[in-house]
Amino acid sequence: MKKLPNAPERKRALLGTALIAVALAVLPLVVAGTLGNTWVRILDYALLYIILALGLNIVVGFAGLLDLGYIAFYAVGAYLYALLASPHFGIHWPAWAILPLGAIVAGFFGVVLGAPTLRLRGDYLAIVTLGFGEIIRIFLNNLNAPVNITNGPKGIALIDPIRIGGHSLSAPLDLFGVTVPGVVLHYYLFVLLAVGIVFVGIRLQDSRIGRAWVAIREDEIAAKACGIDTRNVKLLAFAMGASFGGVAGGLFASFQQFVSPESFGLLESVMVLCMVVLGGMGNIPGVILGGLLLTLLPEAFRYGAGPVQQVLLGRVLLDPESLRMLLFGVALIAVMLYRPAGLWPEARHRRELAEAAAEKKA
Amino acid sequence: MDIFLQQIFNGLTLGSIYALVALGYTMVYGIMGLINFAHGEVVMIGALVALAVMAPLAGSGLPGPLVVLIGLAAAVLVCMALGATIERIAYRPLRNAPRLAPLITAIGVSIVLQQLAMLIWGRRYHSVPRLLPDAPHEIFGATITEVQILIMVVAALTMAGLMLLVNRTKMGRAMRATAESPAIAALMGVDANRIIMLTFVIGSGLGALAGVLVAANYGIAHYHMGFLLGLKAFTAAVLGGIGNLPGAMVGGLLLGVIEALGAGYIGDLTGGVLGSNYQDVFAFFVLIVVLIFRPSGLMGEKVAERA
Repeated sequence: MKKLPNAPERKRALLGTALIAVALAVLPLVVAGTLGNTWVRILDYALLYIILALGLNIVVGFAGLLDLGYIAFYAVGAYLYALLASPHFGIHWPAWAILPLGAIVAGFFGVVLGAPTLRLRGDYLAIVTLGFGEIIRIFLNNLNAPVNITNGPKGIALIDPIRIGGHSLSAPLDLFGVTVPGVVLHYYLFVLLAVGIVFVGIRLQDSRIGRAWVAIREDEIAAKACGIDTRNVKLLAFAMGASFGGVAGGLFASFQQFVSPESFGLLESVMVLCMVVLGGMGNIPGVILGGLLLTLLPEAFRYGAGPVQQVLLGRVLLDPESLRMLLFGVALIAVMLYRPAGLWPEARHRRELAEAAAEKKA
Repeated sequence: MDIFLQQIFNGLTLGSIYALVALGYTMVYGIMGLINFAHGEVVMIGALVALAVMAPLAGSGLPGPLVVLIGLAAAVLVCMALGATIERIAYRPLRNAPRLAPLITAIGVSIVLQQLAMLIWGRRYHSVPRLLPDAPHEIFGATITEVQILIMVVAALTMAGLMLLVNRTKMGRAMRATAESPAIAALMGVDANRIIMLTFVIGSGLGALAGVLVAANYGIAHYHMGFLLGLKAFTAAVLGGIGNLPGAMVGGLLLGVIEALGAGYIGDLTGGVLGSNYQDVFAFFVLIVVLIFRPSGLMGEKVAERA
């Protein structure tokens, strides 16, 4: 039972929130000052991945539906933004119109894909979503003839950046004599959105729908017997996860100002899934941790693995890129075997595991 | 008409290979109810191992088919060992875990195998030496090579052998009993662990054979070849009715023919809007259509919503 917070506790919670807010606000400035703008850019990507992972967490973590083609919704959002705000078609809609549209279109794709497959066993869903992810990529790659829609493997360039009050986010901003670079401006936008999505996620988790999702994840037949319309509730999870992906895709397109089919391969889907699974399925702080770890560590690895091998072995023996993927694979297996609920598991999971352990002992 | 027949030949060749790979998926699924995601990568390892053995022997003066046999033997042995290891490490500890867990370890295993293959063999495409007779023959205006005929014959013989093994031997009976109910099979004295491992070993051996045949058919092998092949073979297994051995064979052949005909005619059908570069889409399209209209596949039993 959750206790109502009393006055000192509420004060502490407020203080904690304020501290986190200050930390989030100062972070990019500190990083830009010490490690340089490259790392602020990496932080921006980390935030995009966190938004993606939070979306996938609704599908995989809350509702227990394994989606292996999640990146396809990201691609839908990104290409929608690219087509509606670039010289490719000469259309330049404002971001504030395209991002919600991206959410709706991606959600629609989620429903179209989910409707036929959600009646089936979970593993079929995994395969169909995997196939869907590939189909989207194949179409993006080939829809440049006979009518050039996606510009094929070359991708779409010169995408409009997001503008706030007439100022483009990709240009540095002069604020009281201090120049704030574009990556830092993007950081603030992404942090705001990520915080918003975390808030939505937390509210969803405790809502009627959120509890229905957990019920379905734990035992679908029992959930049905309790009067939950499992099909529609699952579809809702699917659509909602997809629309988060669509928004993240739009942000990605505007931030990078370039999209190509290459960014939306299966490995990206697996990456996002890894974040959710390694961090702790269903647990929002865990998923954020997973997202941070899996974007920052590989970057550190990219800069570190080559030189370290150079020093230890005298030459670069193993390609850092494949070494990184190799470690991902091993980590996925190891986490499932030894920490099946992830690094920072959901309280419910932790309780279940403790109970199971106690039963074993008895 | 000759284009039609030509595509049928190509489709049957491709389909025989899909069928062999699909058998690996369907056997494991039939016994454990698990999709062995890593199976496609096992096929890839089979092809590359065979290539590694065949390439140095190709110039040694040994007859071509003998070299291929040696390569095949090496590939089958390596893949069987690999199959047993994967089962032991990634699946056995999770047999009573929630459904998601073994699926995720399977993805982990396939990433590991793919990256290992990349570290060993590199990113490039390897060309496979032409060791098998590939003289073309003309039948009703369409061309079929000897390699294609060989692939179909080998696949058909292997499948016949597998059917005999499953339906006529004591081991096969134990496999069928385990698929029916592991607990009751165990009460009757069947060592379920051993049977499950054997299933993985046999499936991986078939996968190795399929890998060698793919490499012989296309003349190339690379670290990434397992993914798409595995996905399509899985589609074939679903099309035929997953868990059903004859279903996997029929599904494989059918999918091969659908794909070949689709690639051959899509340009004409759509007035040139879509070309043969959409060949890979057909498999997924078939998969989704099957799942909507007949989720149990052509020959399968009804699939429960979730056990």
